[in-house]
Amino acid sequence: MEVYLDNAATTKPRKEVIDAVVMAMELLYGNPSSLHRKGVEVEKSIKITRKVLAKALGCKDQEFYFTSGGTESNNIAIRGIVEANKRMGKHLITTKIEHPSVLNTFNELEEKGYEVTYLDVDNRGFISLDQLANSIKSDTMLVSIMHVNNEVGSIQPIGDIGKIIKQKNPKTLFHVDAIQSFGKIKFSLSSLFIDTLSISGHKVHGPKGIGGLYVKKGVKIKSIVTGGGHEMGLRAGTENVPGILGFGEAVKFLLEEQDPLISQMKALKVYLVEQLQEKINDIILHNGIDDRFAPHIINISFLGVKSEVLLHSLEGDGIYVSSGSACSSKKKGYSHVLTAMKLKDSVIDSSLRISISDTNTKEEIDYAVLEIKKQVELLRKIMR
Amino acid sequence: MKKVIIIRYGEIMLKGANKRFFEDKLVKHIRHAISDLGKPKVYKQHSRIYVDLENYDETQLIERIQKVFGITLISTAKKFEVDMDRIREEALKELQDRVNFDGVKTFKVISKRVDKNFPMQSLEISRDIGGYLLQNQEGIQVDVHNPDTVIYVEVREEAYVFSNKIMGLGGLPIGTNGKALLLLSGGIDSPVAGWMVGKRGVDIEAIHFHSYPFTSERAKEKVLDLAKILSIYVGEFKLYSINLLPIQKEINEKCPEEEATILSRRFMMMIAERVANKVNATGLITGESIGQVASQTIESLHVTNSAVAMPVFRPLIAMDKVDIIEIARKIDTFETSILPFEDCCTVFLPKRPATKPRLEKILRSEGKLDMEALIEDAIANMEVEKIRLGDI
Repeated sequence: MEVYLDNAATTKPRKEVIDAVVMAMELLYGNPSSLHRKGVEVEKSIKITRKVLAKALGCKDQEFYFTSGGTESNNIAIRGIVEANKRMGKHLITTKIEHPSVLNTFNELEEKGYEVTYLDVDNRGFISLDQLANSIKSDTMLVSIMHVNNEVGSIQPIGDIGKIIKQKNPKTLFHVDAIQSFGKIKFSLSSLFIDTLSISGHKVHGPKGIGGLYVKKGVKIKSIVTGGGHEMGLRAGTENVPGILGFGEAVKFLLEEQDPLISQMKALKVYLVEQLQEKINDIILHNGIDDRFAPHIINISFLGVKSEVLLHSLEGDGIYVSSGSACSSKKKGYSHVLTAMKLKDSVIDSSLRISISDTNTKEEIDYAVLEIKKQVELLRKIMR
Repeated sequence: MKKVIIIRYGEIMLKGANKRFFEDKLVKHIRHAISDLGKPKVYKQHSRIYVDLENYDETQLIERIQKVFGITLISTAKKFEVDMDRIREEALKELQDRVNFDGVKTFKVISKRVDKNFPMQSLEISRDIGGYLLQNQEGIQVDVHNPDTVIYVEVREEAYVFSNKIMGLGGLPIGTNGKALLLLSGGIDSPVAGWMVGKRGVDIEAIHFHSYPFTSERAKEKVLDLAKILSIYVGEFKLYSINLLPIQKEINEKCPEEEATILSRRFMMMIAERVANKVNATGLITGESIGQVASQTIESLHVTNSAVAMPVFRPLIAMDKVDIIEIARKIDTFETSILPFEDCCTVFLPKRPATKPRLEKILRSEGKLDMEALIEDAIANMEVEKIRLGDI
């Protein structure tokens, strides 16, 4: 039995998505920039898909841009805002638990002379709104905070955060990395104080190599790739048409089914946690089953078991998960998120991330729990 | 006019009666090293090997030939019928290339007359060509002691003119000195050890130990990648993979924790020796270096060494890590070796490994294990992979 429980890393494309990609490659192969009919029909299909994405995010069509994925979206947003708003100041704020596409971008800006405040998190992965409020200064140009953390699933209250930022300094811009939350948590940009927001196709059963960026109307942002003015001048390069249409298909599904999909994931998550807690001793759950956490991510330590070894053992049973540390004699393999949560080394060493999708079933969870129990007990005997 | 690559070999000359055997091996290895680039003519003639360049890419061919053991020097020459006017002309063109591309200002001519029917002696040829070059090329001077370039002229059945001399790796052609089995891990040292012994003409095969599924499949891939790089130098070979996990589990259960590493290493040696016997190898090669880790103290090496009767070659034994890394970089294995995937799982690493193990004590621990059954099982489950140059 193959049980894929690494859906925070990537998801399996839906059948409808694959069909759309194939159709685009077979039929819609024209260049949307071409003047002839072959180009126009492709341009039209992109326009329709842009509407689907805008609807899903609650923004205007002209505020949504297709990119090559989450990493590029985060880079365009952060670098583009910093380039275009230099007069606003040199201070930037982010958190210690961001994805590397955000964190490493800020590290580089720091080397270039920007002042960066990295907000702490508590032992559950939440920032302190007080620390955020106190960090915002008159020269704070940009705040970048992820919506859902990809390792522990903590949800930052982006509604409250937006309000705090704009109250403290109306000029400060707010970027949200929503790559892990899109499709898992309902939100509408029309009611939030967000200036830019990133999403990705392959986290929602869409294709890899396609993502999106929302840029609120009026926000100054500079393109970081020069070229032929595609995507309203923000992201040059011939459009990834199969990717765009596949992404659109995945999001159409979300628009119709989001509520039942979320409750289905949540029910599976609760069931999985309860089963693990009931059947296996000495485990620590790093997140919770309440609404402060995303419905698809569980991060849990099986004390005394090196998680990468457990990961590979489970792989042997056809179960795929992620680990919080690499099996290395050197310390560098530790997760920066769990380290920021100030967990003990032995706890990080044994932490496993299990992430579910609406495509998983109760039978799969039962099988996974059974095998995890078996392997954990076996490994605990070996690892003294 | 033709262009040829001239390949010279030093040490083979010393080997008297075996010379032909060595030369034939070398020709075979050169053909193999360039086999995926095409089939240029490779042949031996008056104690050298020639490759006809025809339309092949010179840079690509030389890059490959440079990696074949047993070669000392490589040159690219123009080859044409013997005629003094023609030699002068080609020598001038050669010098002009050096002036235009490398900005040389001084030169000298070295000539070699092999065809004694040719009316001029070597020194006369050099003087004649030198004079001609000075007359016909502006802004250059002769410097016999420290010239920017040397123009070589050779008069054989045909004439050769060239100006470059590229160093080969030296050593002896693979397959001229028996066969040994390399214990190949994913680390920096063992590929270097295999390369060094291979350089002495020894045929190499390799054995690898892993703890799958406790270790990642990427660790296996990494060892395969290292083996492929090694095969550029040592030719096709077989890689034997042994899963050590059942043995590690058994040791973990029945023996003192601090002995875990040294006991596994003895198992590896014993298994390697048996496999070596099966494949007609008469020695083992390891990347051990004194004092590098706990299992490589003199005491530990003694205990590991006592596990086998076969000679164990340890070319890195007295080398510093920085020197080993330098070779690893030179032979292109370093970048792959430092990838973070470990092949034998850290789970079984003792917190305080024994650094001065005593053989009697280790033997007593082994007495608690069914050694024979464990070794036989491991070998029965062995996997074999053929490592080919073309697969890279």
